[in-house]
Amino acid sequence: MKKWFRTGKPWIWLTAGSVSISLVAVIGLVIMIGWRGLSFFWPSAIHEMDVKQADGGTKHIIGEIYDSEIVPTTRLPQSMVELAEIESETITRYLMKIGNREYVPLDFTWVLESLVTEDTTPADLAVIERSKDGNFYGRITAITEQGNVIARQGDADFRELLFERVERAVELNEQAMGLQESEIASVNYAMGELELERRRLQLEDELTDQAVAYLQEQREKLQQDYQVYEEQLFDLREQAQRDTLLVKDFRGEEVTVPMYRVLDVNFPNDMGFFAKVGHFFQQIGKFVSEDPREANTEGGVFPAIFGTVFMVLLMSVIVTPFGVVAAVYLHEYAGKNSITKLIRIAVINLAGVPSIVYGVFGLGFFVYMVGGSLDQVFYPEALPNPTFGTPGVLWSAVTLAILTLPVVIVSTEEGLSRIPSTLREGSLALGATKWETIWRIIIPMASPAIMTGLILAVARAAGEVAPLMLVGVVKSAPMLPVDGNFPYFHLDRKFMHLGFHIYDVGFQSPNVEAARPLVYATSFLLITVIVGLNLTAISVRNHLREKYRSLEH
Amino acid sequence: MISVNPTTSNAEKLDLENLSPEQTALSIKNLDLFYGQDQALYDISMHVPKNRVTAFIGPSGCGKSTLLRCINRMNDLVEICKVKGDIELHGKNIYDKDVDVAALRRRIGMVFQRPNPFPKSIYENVVYGLRLQGVKDRRVLDEAVETSLRGAALWDEVKDRLNASAFSLSGGQQQRLVIARSIAIEPEILLLDEPTSALDPISTLTIEELITDLKKQFTVVIVTHNMQQAARVSDQTAFLYMGKLIEYADTDTLFTTPSEKQTEDYITGRYG
Repeated sequence: MKKWFRTGKPWIWLTAGSVSISLVAVIGLVIMIGWRGLSFFWPSAIHEMDVKQADGGTKHIIGEIYDSEIVPTTRLPQSMVELAEIESETITRYLMKIGNREYVPLDFTWVLESLVTEDTTPADLAVIERSKDGNFYGRITAITEQGNVIARQGDADFRELLFERVERAVELNEQAMGLQESEIASVNYAMGELELERRRLQLEDELTDQAVAYLQEQREKLQQDYQVYEEQLFDLREQAQRDTLLVKDFRGEEVTVPMYRVLDVNFPNDMGFFAKVGHFFQQIGKFVSEDPREANTEGGVFPAIFGTVFMVLLMSVIVTPFGVVAAVYLHEYAGKNSITKLIRIAVINLAGVPSIVYGVFGLGFFVYMVGGSLDQVFYPEALPNPTFGTPGVLWSAVTLAILTLPVVIVSTEEGLSRIPSTLREGSLALGATKWETIWRIIIPMASPAIMTGLILAVARAAGEVAPLMLVGVVKSAPMLPVDGNFPYFHLDRKFMHLGFHIYDVGFQSPNVEAARPLVYATSFLLITVIVGLNLTAISVRNHLREKYRSLEH
Repeated sequence: MISVNPTTSNAEKLDLENLSPEQTALSIKNLDLFYGQDQALYDISMHVPKNRVTAFIGPSGCGKSTLLRCINRMNDLVEICKVKGDIELHGKNIYDKDVDVAALRRRIGMVFQRPNPFPKSIYENVVYGLRLQGVKDRRVLDEAVETSLRGAALWDEVKDRLNASAFSLSGGQQQRLVIARSIAIEPEILLLDEPTSALDPISTLTIEELITDLKKQFTVVIVTHNMQQAARVSDQTAFLYMGKLIEYADTDTLFTTPSEKQTEDYITGRYG
């Protein structure tokens, strides 16, 4: 045994074991999140069930099985156990999503397996995705146009007509949405700017009659534009309201579902494998490209993805030059004495400060002090409404830049110290000054190390949520920080962030059951975004490494 | 006994004590050098003649590299290093306060022991010094590249791949590239610090031939631990020992009839 220890083999096993545990943990985590997140997009079968009730009757429900769990019978009320005639100690129960929110108090319900007397998956059951009130489950019986039935279930080309009409409505809605988001939004933006212009002139005492007339004229022009767009918008909406669907719901009643609320209609029980795969990817596409609906519990997360990536890129742009310059000073210019050492230790320790502290600092210093002063100086016309004196994407990026600065400084310094001194001497011997040597030889050669620092910084920043809650993240941002209105980048705007979205959907949502798969899906997406950003940075670094491969002899 | 290069031995012998200003490239006067408390050079005085190859020889640690690095103030990089005495270039002490060190180093180039090409293309390595001086004209640069690479006997080997990385060259080629880089900015003096010690014999030979060519245009000062090399390439040789200049004479004289006992002991291999 002693001999075995002396061979060193136990250490190999110990070290390899640690690596394996880490690997298993990481892979397990990713698989778990990925599985639960992605399975949300897979079209699940719609069940039609008869469930025995306590009063002796049965209840008819239609919905998808969202989740199932095994519960001990002791946790159930005695009456229910007797009703279900359970003899075993545990029983499976299903969480059913039954939708039809306007007709039921809760669109989720628990069903005990043994109470189900009948369970079928008929092919004619439809899922109707709606922009309001969530999904509707039922049998589509007819399509109406301006109140007149034009097709009935059972007609030869019923489904073709259905899809065609749905597509028309969706397209009209998209046009209306587009009109609202681009044309009307930019008219509104221009109106806002005009108002600010008026206020500015007033403050500067230059509000002459001429200026007033000019502004009035501009405003009228915009108003005319607005009228035109509004008419178009109403027209589109009216067109979209033409059709309705008649749907027989779980109670057997025929209800109308207005077509302009319909986003998609599917018959999951009637789909083949490939149709399901197609639907799966279509759903994922919608998730990453659409705006959230219904207090973030439905729809996509595009603004959150955009906000996360934009904020991280902005942070990188800020932190890299600062970190590099600071590292160059510490390594190349600062005297090698105890003060430098102290500064270096201080910088390294900054990395250990809890991130919420940075959030508080960012709010107090950047938002209120710097932003507030900027407003006083540059945006007096907007006061008392703050422009930069309120949390926004710029302050988030700056706060995270401070948070990640130590990482960049430390790895840049390491890179600088790895550059062979012969190269410095070679450059100096050619008549270069120290600055020229640093700029032309040292920094390019240290660029892989700088990239390493940036990779670590991005990884840290993209996952950080706590400080952002103080300096710029919101649950729902009406506008992206980048749009078509001059100056295109609106760094004062608030933004959405995937990390905060997870918190918001998972823990602040009124509809917890609906949100749970979204939490996994968003988490998986966040991981994907971070990995994507890192892989990009790593490939850039490898390219640089290849280019500046150090002398090898 | 060491054989002396016939081409050098035939050269006109100069009176090294009393060089005329036109013949002098550099004068070192009473130079002392300290690393902190330790003195590394003791009262060195010598004249380096123009358009000739001067070699510094001596055992390891004798101060020959240190002396060489004083000439273009490379020792400035060592914080604890202090220099007393003068090194005069055209009558001007290079250690004066008003001397622009970068400008000085443009006039006194240096090649180091290990080839140190920059992580750039061959072309960019050669024009590095010119770009520092702000030369942008492509034609001037192209011409300088060709002249310098020809001057360093590298042109024929690399003319088809000027944009390849300098690291793709062999050690000997890299060292010649570094020489080309140094002569591209047309310095007056070229300092070579054991330029062949990291190279194979064939590359060494190429570089030695090159040094003989270089002196037509430049004043060359070479440090070498290889006495045969000093004998082969140099016109005059200085022997340093323990930080002191023991003997400085024509290569021919120094290797055949050394006047000092220590020199004789060293060149006959009795120590070192």
